[in-house]
Amino acid sequence: MTIRNVIRFIVLVLLQIFILNNINFRGYLDPYLYVLFILLLPFDTPKWLQLLSAFLIGFFVDLFSHSLGMNAAASVLMAFARPTVLQLLSPGREYDPGVPPGISGFGFRWFLSYSLILIFLHHFVLFMLEAFGFNDFLSTLYRVLVNTVFTTLLVLLSQFLFIRKR
Amino acid sequence: MRNLLTFLIRHHFFILFVILEIISIILISNHSYYQRTTIINSTNQVTGSINRSFHSIRDYFGLRKVNQKLAEENAILRSVLSDSLTVGEIREMTVKDTVYGQVYQYIPAKVVGNTVNRSDNFIMLNQGILQGIRKDMAVISPAGIVGIVKEVSRNFCTVLPVLHSQSKISAKVKKSDQLGTIQWDGFNYRRGTLTDVPTHAVVAIGDTVITSGMSQIFPEGIMIGTVHDIDKDEGDNFYTLSIDFSVDYNSISQVYIVRNFYKEELDRLRALTGMEEVQ
Repeated sequence: MTIRNVIRFIVLVLLQIFILNNINFRGYLDPYLYVLFILLLPFDTPKWLQLLSAFLIGFFVDLFSHSLGMNAAASVLMAFARPTVLQLLSPGREYDPGVPPGISGFGFRWFLSYSLILIFLHHFVLFMLEAFGFNDFLSTLYRVLVNTVFTTLLVLLSQFLFIRKR
Repeated sequence: MRNLLTFLIRHHFFILFVILEIISIILISNHSYYQRTTIINSTNQVTGSINRSFHSIRDYFGLRKVNQKLAEENAILRSVLSDSLTVGEIREMTVKDTVYGQVYQYIPAKVVGNTVNRSDNFIMLNQGILQGIRKDMAVISPAGIVGIVKEVSRNFCTVLPVLHSQSKISAKVKKSDQLGTIQWDGFNYRRGTLTDVPTHAVVAIGDTVITSGMSQIFPEGIMIGTVHDIDKDEGDNFYTLSIDFSVDYNSISQVYIVRNFYKEELDRLRALTGMEEVQ
């Protein structure tokens, strides 16, 4: 389990810096699929480790995209919000640590709202930090929305590509 | 002491969250341009070499385009060679040579890191102090201007490109010689803005915009782009011109770094006079 997460960490960082950072559709499409790592962390991961690994993956992506600290800040906030979002989505329910978060275990609607909320949060913080004191609010919000939808589509796509029959 | 420990353990999630966010914000808020590039520079040697190997793959796919551009540039250069000029013109050229001497030197460089989709973009080149690159040298490509060298490490340098919120480059409309400033609105990497052109000047859509030569950085007459749209606010004395950049910043790979032999002298003179620096 641990090894699978480490491999996912490395693969997503490489995918992000070498392929996704080079996508430029009309200059503002900028997906951040590496957040999939945070979304898919097992429920029984120690909370401090969730934060720390989120910080690390953000930091590595930052190193290669000249945006030191921005992805790290957004990822840490996302990891911090994750338990709260999980609570909100199914109140009073205990999550089975053996079942990884995903469509196969929890259904499409649950996974869609789970990733949409967290990805929006991450992108909102990230693009706000990046545009700080430069762009006006509306065009930044537009970027946030467009990229949230795009990243979520990629996340769902990855779910369907690597789905496991249980 | 024990209470403090239990407190720390109970709230470790929140405390760690705050600590990590503070670290991130410290990283960001060293946002004065100098410090940020210094941190990035220290990692340049690592990320630079990784980026370089990736770009050599990208370069391979771009070879066709690059070759075509080189051929075009060769054709232009060949046309100014002495054997394509008549005798009368040659005499003139030699006179010019002895009077002016060389002002600019062009150093070829390769792009090893490039972004276009942020509001503050960066370009990294594979030439550094060891190759004679210094801060504030101009960077151009065969198709037009690219930016200004900002930080230099031993073998690499970072460029503040036109596509940066702090980039302001002095330009002029070629037809009327009217001066203005090129800026970027942070959205579309194919389009920039030319401001400060007075409204009495005649400007038409499609006019060429070139560097003004007022800066000690860019040589005069380097292509910037063409006028895409003309906009004038009521009661404003200046146009806001939308410019189509001549360079596709997403696909640049070969550039030239321009060295001005007289820059130090001009800088000293300007400092004595107390003039502001023009980019």
